[in-house]
Order: sequence, then structure tokens, then C-alpha cells
Amino acid sequence: MAEHVLDVRGLSVEFHTVYGRVQAVKNVSFHLDRGETLAILGESGSGKSVSASAIMNLIDSPPGYITAGEILYNSESLLGMEAEKRRRINGQKIAMIFQDPLAHLNPVYTVGWQIAEILTAHGVAASDARARTLELMQRVGIVDAKERMNYYPHQFSGGQRQRLMIAMALGLKPDILIADEPTTALDVTVQAQILRLLEELQAETGMGLLLITHDLGVVAEVADRVVVMNAGEIVESGTVREVFKKPSHSYTKKLIGAAPGKGGFNRVACDTPAGPEPMLRVESVCKAYGNFMALRNASFQLMHGETLAIVGESGSGKSTLAKTLLRLEEPTSGQAHYMGRNLFALSPKDLFAMRREIQMVFQDPTQSLNPRMTVGQLISEAWAIHPELLPAAKWKDRVAELLALVGLPADHARRYPHQFSGGQRQRIAIARALALDPKLIICDEAVSALDVSIQAQVIKLLEKLRRELSLSYLFIAHDLAVVRDFADRVIVMQGGNIVETGSTEQIFTAPVQPYTRALLDASLAADPDIQAERRRVRELA
Amino acid sequence: MSQPQVRDDAPLPAERNAVAQVMAMLYRDKFALVAAFVLLVIVLCALVGPELVGDIAAKQNLRGRNAPPFSFSQGWSFILGADALGRPILPRIIVAARNTMLIAGASVAFAMFVGASLGLIAGYTSKITSQIIMRLADVIMSFPSLLLAVIVLYMLESSIFNLVLVLAITRIPIYLRTTRAEVLEIRERMFVQAARVMGASDKRIVLRHILPVVLPTLVTIATLDFAYIMLAESSLSFLGIGIQPPEVTWGLMVAQGRPYLANAWWLALFPGLAIVITTMSLTLLSGWMRTALDPVQRWRLEAGSKANG
Repeated sequence: MAEHVLDVRGLSVEFHTVYGRVQAVKNVSFHLDRGETLAILGESGSGKSVSASAIMNLIDSPPGYITAGEILYNSESLLGMEAEKRRRINGQKIAMIFQDPLAHLNPVYTVGWQIAEILTAHGVAASDARARTLELMQRVGIVDAKERMNYYPHQFSGGQRQRLMIAMALGLKPDILIADEPTTALDVTVQAQILRLLEELQAETGMGLLLITHDLGVVAEVADRVVVMNAGEIVESGTVREVFKKPSHSYTKKLIGAAPGKGGFNRVACDTPAGPEPMLRVESVCKAYGNFMALRNASFQLMHGETLAIVGESGSGKSTLAKTLLRLEEPTSGQAHYMGRNLFALSPKDLFAMRREIQMVFQDPTQSLNPRMTVGQLISEAWAIHPELLPAAKWKDRVAELLALVGLPADHARRYPHQFSGGQRQRIAIARALALDPKLIICDEAVSALDVSIQAQVIKLLEKLRRELSLSYLFIAHDLAVVRDFADRVIVMQGGNIVETGSTEQIFTAPVQPYTRALLDASLAADPDIQAERRRVRELA
Repeated sequence: MSQPQVRDDAPLPAERNAVAQVMAMLYRDKFALVAAFVLLVIVLCALVGPELVGDIAAKQNLRGRNAPPFSFSQGWSFILGADALGRPILPRIIVAARNTMLIAGASVAFAMFVGASLGLIAGYTSKITSQIIMRLADVIMSFPSLLLAVIVLYMLESSIFNLVLVLAITRIPIYLRTTRAEVLEIRERMFVQAARVMGASDKRIVLRHILPVVLPTLVTIATLDFAYIMLAESSLSFLGIGIQPPEVTWGLMVAQGRPYLANAWWLALFPGLAIVITTMSLTLLSGWMRTALDPVQRWRLEAGSKANG
């Protein structure tokens, strides 16, 4: 059997915390060959990033310690290697790209300088480095590379920055590229481009690609083999097809089962508007920031009990629309009628009353919950603001009721938000929104920051609440798959415009606009067969 | 990984009464415990010192001029030596604690209150209000504080109240600018928007959501400011407003000891040491308070952890 370019054997990593030792990675073994893509798939806290950090010698010690195992690069042990030798391998032979390229590019140097610096640091002559930088930038698809070499990181978009990071990583022709969630922060259409670029470059250079991701779709699209991690252990490994089609471990089954976008379409109350009057009627709402039009002539209707999804990439104006409807931002023009009242012409008193009826659940519960308040205080703040709703004596019981409704024990009311996991925090945020007995809840990317299996649970909860409390949702998302399972109707937005509106089934099966189609094509299904089929179609075209 | 999360099944600490909980947290941080004790002693000196040792402190003894410290030949009160008029230093430090604490405490509290209030207003309300407040702060900052003191001295008579006023006004911009800068950032945070969506009034948002986040920073600045004010007060007293002998403060004692630094260093050193110890205790205690007030950090001070701040 040929030598593996990277071989990790029985790796265990421990972190020493005040609560004692935490085994972040337990007895993990995997290997990577030249020209191969291995995906490490896992949810947050599964130990996938720690494993990669161990390979790059990036674990902070203390508190982290590698307690057992070996990491072999071309049969040479990386652990215990002298620092100087190790440094020559890191970056030169094993390169890494990260989730957030902006955080890894120095804002005060031009990108050309930064790429060239990596080359010169590893012994390339300065004049050659410049030429090679240009070549690299062209290779990763930066248009006008010669001119843009002298630009600063903030002058590039997120996708371009990730391309620059890739250029930097590839500058020294590494044998191994470790990509830690390389596309998680990017829009789907950009994600597709970056993944394709990585594949092309891999085919050209024959490097091994170690892809760390939580996204089943990404794995299905690019990986040859996959290692599934849960709670620090490898639960399953094999070719992507084997694992996706015949998962043997219960965790893998659960994970693949939780992937959104496979269920049938919602057909309840979506074909014909139920009731004579829509709950919310938005008419040609515009919002401008200076000369920049963030929102142009947005018009739509929301029926009682309906889930209306607004889908779009970053900068499409979907969040601006939500903020405008909530009067967090003042619209430049247009009207929005909620139950017959114009939201934009409310007196302060009416606006205050309206706040009870329309609530919002934010993207990141870590930020939307005040870290200095207990869960009980967070939820009962609603009644402190609207004292007519509930006398203070009943707050405690109602908090317990609401917590039970979102599936949390009542004694959690005494805890602070940081003591919960991401999914639990979002449940708390939902409980807080429900405290005012709203009729309409605007969910701004409410599940985007959550792991797939948690995402499925929160969506299920939202669906249950809709039935039990007859709520309506305005559900803002960038992820089409989530919307497919959940929404009755979909609005697609691009660059501040509403591009297409239709029932979920219509949008997904027969999209009219080219942009909607591009968006659908770019989103990755958690199924290697579907992705292979799409790829075939793409190559024919 | 750096921030451990409490697992769901981790037992919740039993609810004890608040005072016991605070004392337990104080006990876990030994530095803060010592600091709290030192401050307690200083406060006691300030409260009862002048009544207890006032007479000893004021009694001149020309034969004991600049008596050296650590000698018991003249009794316990001369343990830290005597000043140029032969007054024992230790009782004088004890007596001076009252004026010093009163002036520094009142100035810091006043500057912090006014600065923070204006900062909250400037950070949270309209651009015009903010501009007006900030330009006012610029004026105060560009105005030499000694000149301001002279003007006040010219217009008003010298008293502790006027001294506090002058000191506080010159320190307001520091709190104002810090508060405003933090408010500008915090007001954009998600939880503030979430509160707004619920219909929370501006007053509620500022007091319940923004102020608690800004406060630890302000308290930290205040403790550092304490030392500055103790020394600044002495220079103002030198100009003739505020404290006049035979009244005494630590800052004044340092200033009076300065000419004798070459042959009687203890005149300036011991009151200076009192200032340093007070400031250090305050800083330690404020560091502890910052941790204790932050739910995310509080675990460091709760039972079961080895680490302290």
C-alpha cells in the first residue's frame, strides 16, 4: 500500500478547564492521499477543527494538550519535530484556509504585498515573488489582477477574499490544503464558485484537500471520502456515497435525516389567499441609504397563518425589509398595512401597541440576548415594558409555561444565556418573542447560525408553535433548503428588488427568473447522486 | 474552548442570600479580600479618625521637628516620624483620610455621574445633541485646569465644595468620551434592537441594557482617577482654593514634604504611600467587582474553581 501523504493515528487532545479535563478529540485516526478530498464532517463541538489545528500545530498549550497519537506527514512524525523544521512544513507543505478571510488578511497591507510576503518568507526572490503573485491572483480568478494587486483587503468582496486566501495558500504548491469551513460565510452562488475553484486547483496540483465542514451539501459536492465526527470521536468513515446512502451509525443517520430540503412541499392555505383581507400588505416600500437603494419598490402580501419566506443573498435587501417593517429603520417611501393600519404612519402610542403584535427572532441568539440578564428577566422584560399584559405576580409562572412551550425546563429561568447551547438560546429567544402573544413573528435568519440537527429541531418547534398559537411567519433566509420544508410561499430578492414570488412548490420546481434558477442550482443538496447529476448537467452546458 | 460552558446536567448552585454569596466570592479572590479590608480601615479612619487622634495630630512639638521614623522614643504616634513642625505623621495621615476621601470620593462620583449621563445622552440621542455635548467636552479639555481653578477661586470663595467642583469638571470629559464611545457600539448590538422590537422605551434601553455594560469600564476608570484627583487636589490647595492648613489632606502632606525630600524623606513618602495603597486597593477591588458583576465571568469566583481573576 502506498504511503499516505498525511496519516493521523489515534490522536487524542485534551483541554484543561476549571471543570476538569475535557477530551476534545478521542482516538481519532484518518489518512489523506495525494489528489484526494477528505471531508471531516461534524457539528460544532465535534472536535473537527481541533483535529485540524493539531495537524497545523495551532493548539494553544496550555490549555490544550495532545495526549496520545501520531501525525505523520510523508511518514515523518510531525509531533515532537523541531520547531524550525516544523515551520518549514507549515505553510510550505501544509497550507490552511479559514472560514473568515477578512480576519486573516492584514487590513493595512495590499493583498499583492501579502501574497508576495508568504513567498519571500519561504525563500523566493522578491522579483519572482511579484510575478508569481500576479500569476496566482489570475489563477484564482481575480479580474484585473495586475491593478488589483495594489488594493487593500476591504476593497474585495467576501468571495474574492477567499480566493485571495486560496492564492496565498497555494503560492508554495503545498502537498496538503486544509480548508476549515472555507465557504460557510459565503453566499450559495459564491460558494459554488469557490468549491469549483478548489476542485480545479486540486486537479492541477495533485494536492490532498482536507475539508472541514458542517455542511452535508458541501461534502456531497466535493469530497471523495468522509469522516463523520461527533463529540470528539469518529463515528463513521467511508466514501461519501457509502456514508450518505447507507449510514450505519445512528448519529450519521440522524444527521443525514436532519438535512433540510427533502420533505414534501407545504400546501396548506397557500394556493388561494385565505380570508378576504391579508394580514400584512406591503406596497412599493423603498429604503435608501444616501444614494444607495437598499430596497426598491418591495410589494407583497402576507395572509393569516401563512409562512412567507424571503430568500436572497447578502446585500439583497431582505434584512432591510424586515427592519423597515418593524420600524427599526424608517422607510424612504411606500406603505405597509398591517390589519388595515399603515405601519409607517402610526402614532408613538399605536406603534407601542403594534410592538406586541409583531415580534422578531434574530439570527444570532448569542447577541440578541442580553448577557447580563437571566432567562427569567429576559422573558419577563416583555411584561415590564407592557405591564397591562400580565401582573408581576404571575410572571414567574408564565415564564415557566413559555419555557415548557419551547421545550426547556422551568428552572432554567435562573440561568444566564451563556450557560446554554446555541439551539437552546434560540429557543429562549423564541420564548421571549412569544411572551407578548404576537400574531406575526419575523424570523431574520433565525436558524442560520445553528447546526443542522439543531436547525431541524428549531424549525419543528416553529412549525408546532404556528399550529398551536395560529402564528404567521415572515421567514428570512439565505438557505433555500430550509425554506423548502417550511414555507408556504417564497419571495426571492436580489440587489434590493423582489425578483420572483410564488408558492414554494412553484419556486422550487418551475422557477421563472434566471436568478432564481441560479440560486437553486448553486444550493447544494445533501445527496451525492443529486450533486453528481447536477455536475453532469453543468459540464454539458 | 477558552470559555467553558456549563453543561445542562451541571447542578445549579443553591440559592443563598445575596450578601453571603458576595462574601463567598470576595473570599475566593484573596487580593480583593485584602483590598476590601484595607479600604475598610481607611474608611474607618476617615469616619472616626479626627475625633480620636485629632488633638495628637495638631500638637506641635518643635523639639521633634522632622523626627525620623521607626523610633519609639516619643511614643507610638511618632512611629512614622514627625513633620517640619514636629507633628506626628501617622496621626496626621489618619486625620487627613477624612478630607482626602471626601474630596476624592465626591469629585470622582460627581464627575462619573455627570460624565456618564452626558455620555449616554450624547451616544444615544440625535446627532445635534451629541455634537453640542462633545464640543462642550472639547472646550473643557482644552481649557487648562489650573486656569479654571484660578477663575473659580476669583469668583467663589475657597471651600471644599468649590474644590470638588473644579476637580470634577476637569475630569468629566474622560467619563463622557468613554461612555459615548461605548454607547455608540452597544446601541447597535442585537439585544438592544431586540428590546426596541419589544417596544422598550429609550429610558429602559439606556438604563437596563446599555448602562450595565458600560458601568464596569467607568468604575475601572474611576478607581484610577481617584489617585489622580488626590494629587491634583494638593496643587489646587497650593493655589489657595480648597484645603488650607491647618486642615490637611494626603496630597497636601506630600506637597508640604517636598522641600524636605533630601533630608526628611518620610514627610512625603508615607502620605504618598497612603495614596498608593488606597488606589491599589480600589483597583484590585474594582477588578474583582468587574468579574463578579459579569455573569459570563462570575464562575471564576464561584466555588469549585481554582483560578482567581
